[in-house]
Amino acid sequence: MEVKENTISILVNNRPDVLARIAGTFSGRGFNIESISANITRNPEITRIVITTLGNRETVIKLEKQLTKIIDVLEVKDLTRANAACREMVLVRMKLTDANQVKIMQTVDTLKWKIVKMDVDTCILEVTGGKKDIDDALAFLDKMGMDDFTRTGVVAVERQK
Amino acid sequence: MKLTGAQVLFEALQKENADTIFGFPGGAVLDIFDELYRRKIRNILVRHEQGAIHAADGYARVSGKVGVCLVTSGPGATNTVTGIANAFMDSIPVVVLTGQVATSLIGGDAFQEVDITGITRPCTKHNFLVRRIDDLGRIVREAFHIARSGRPGPVLIDIPKDITKSLIEDNDISWTLSLPNNNKKASIEDACAKALDMIRQAERPLVISGGGVLLGRAWDELRTFVKLLNVPITSTLMGLGAFPASDPHWLGMPGMHGTYYANMAISNCDLLIALGVRFDDRVTSKLDAFAPHAKVLHVDIDPASIDKFVKTHLSIASDCKPVLQLLNKWISDKSFARPEKQTKAWLEQVQKWKEFAPLTYCQSDKIKPQYVVETLYRLTEGKAIISTEVGQNQMWAAQYYHFDYPNSFITSGGLGTMGYGFPAAIGAQVARPDKVVVDIAGDGSIQMNIQELATAVNYDLPVKIVILNNGFLGMVRQWQELFYGKRYSHSNIDNVPDFVKLAEAYGAVGLRATRSEEVEATLRKGLDTPKTVVMDFHVEPEEGVYPMVSPGAALTDMVLSK
Repeated sequence: MEVKENTISILVNNRPDVLARIAGTFSGRGFNIESISANITRNPEITRIVITTLGNRETVIKLEKQLTKIIDVLEVKDLTRANAACREMVLVRMKLTDANQVKIMQTVDTLKWKIVKMDVDTCILEVTGGKKDIDDALAFLDKMGMDDFTRTGVVAVERQK
Repeated sequence: MKLTGAQVLFEALQKENADTIFGFPGGAVLDIFDELYRRKIRNILVRHEQGAIHAADGYARVSGKVGVCLVTSGPGATNTVTGIANAFMDSIPVVVLTGQVATSLIGGDAFQEVDITGITRPCTKHNFLVRRIDDLGRIVREAFHIARSGRPGPVLIDIPKDITKSLIEDNDISWTLSLPNNNKKASIEDACAKALDMIRQAERPLVISGGGVLLGRAWDELRTFVKLLNVPITSTLMGLGAFPASDPHWLGMPGMHGTYYANMAISNCDLLIALGVRFDDRVTSKLDAFAPHAKVLHVDIDPASIDKFVKTHLSIASDCKPVLQLLNKWISDKSFARPEKQTKAWLEQVQKWKEFAPLTYCQSDKIKPQYVVETLYRLTEGKAIISTEVGQNQMWAAQYYHFDYPNSFITSGGLGTMGYGFPAAIGAQVARPDKVVVDIAGDGSIQMNIQELATAVNYDLPVKIVILNNGFLGMVRQWQELFYGKRYSHSNIDNVPDFVKLAEAYGAVGLRATRSEEVEATLRKGLDTPKTVVMDFHVEPEEGVYPMVSPGAALTDMVLSK
């Protein structure tokens, strides 16, 4: 079966050790977390954790079953096949030189990226998009004098409940 | 009225009908033990915390209640970890109460501080660190609920010392469970109807039952089911006793040291009705060759056990009891034509396998361990509660003590914990003072919790220990013999203590037999002595457990004897 990246949404009770339980289930049961993002939901006592993980369909079903067994887990949903909207964000610090400055600014303009901070010789860009958009942006910026970056996990929401 | 945390704890235990705990005191739980001093609840004072958790586990298996264990922080807590993992693997409901340093000290490497909720997260069903006294009552009730509901398991509650001392107004205590509602029970009717169709079409059906039938208290339904359908049945190590071994439908245990006929039946059946099993690798051996001709119908309360390794054709994520009740009702219905004609040839074939290679061993001048177990079976009329350690002793007990009664065999099935059997026997004897309780042990594993002799003697518990003393870590030696060119690397423990003197030193009774003809008299004497008795049987040192399926081989690939 095909191995691909899966996006899993987990609703949990917002308790201090719940993230450790989720992470422990992944590592202890032989799954890997590719990316993770977590924050409270409309109900602040409930947190949504979105995790991406590599595996085939069978692996993901096994994982869902194991996650569902955690007492503080309220719901597990595989969003990969749910036609969900998925986005990530990356903040990139660029070294600005006379050679790259114009091209960077043109690209920011064309692709509707954002400039978060601007100094004489550095700037911080914000790029939001799907996984491929971010991958492409980073590949481009790497060639353009990228200094460092921080990338979030995937956030995702279903089109319909 | 104001209550201390320690008082709230005991009120909560009382609400859960916990009348017995297994514990060992220490600094962080002094306030709890001080309150215990004034309470009616019975504490069995063990000599090592591992003894406490195994005893609570054995108590739970025999009584059907939740076992309770109470230990201090740090080393007291870590000493229970093996026993917690043991209960987790075998799905045994226990609640472990651990002391913790005061909340203000947590995280600062205080004396006897350890992050026990962190350590036990992967081997508990759930655990709690009590942060506020307001939560204590509710948490204890939730812990018991979690431990015994669904697929049972161990739950740990870590209680900081200041919480046990602080005060709360009794009206302010919350006893109400606040757990997510996981009772999304789907109807089993449709699946059961499909199951019945599969049964109707099968020509070579076989039942494999496991620990889930015992945990779900479905042994009566299982017995009815097998008799109504007239199908052969095999039970896993964890499931022994759910179906009577003396019944002709019974094929013994499957798997690595299972019977020839159970393994042959699995390998040739066309329908495997799996009830409350999780298909451990010691049962399936090579997965590709497991039940290769069968459709698999799997009933288990834990959805994560379904399709984990063995692919099912139909699965029912449910307790076995309601499923069997419904199936039995439908099968008893006159309109259900039992597939007797089509299964006739199959039953004859199974009978041939039984006759071809029954469980057997060769007698000799030296004591054969199988003979000890068989004689024990005969003398106790199969009515004893048997616990085991792990290794050869465990397998011989499973093979040669023919379990007819549920909850009479307690063994460390999943984790394989040497040192489990004796403290578990103590817990079993506490739960059932009216029963003969025997730990079948090896000379290696009995030494792993031998200190509990003091506990047994202290509480006048007439537990019998039968040591099959071969001077080896026998199962390790057997593997070394078969797979490592007889290089007995560190499996020879010839320098074992004099178990008779050791028993006497603890105030127990010690008996010894070195020749076959002494076995029966020694067992009789031991069983007739109403005290803790250690019986040391010097058995054939290099006897092996057979049949044996080599690890990773197909179940049909059995070595029947040496």
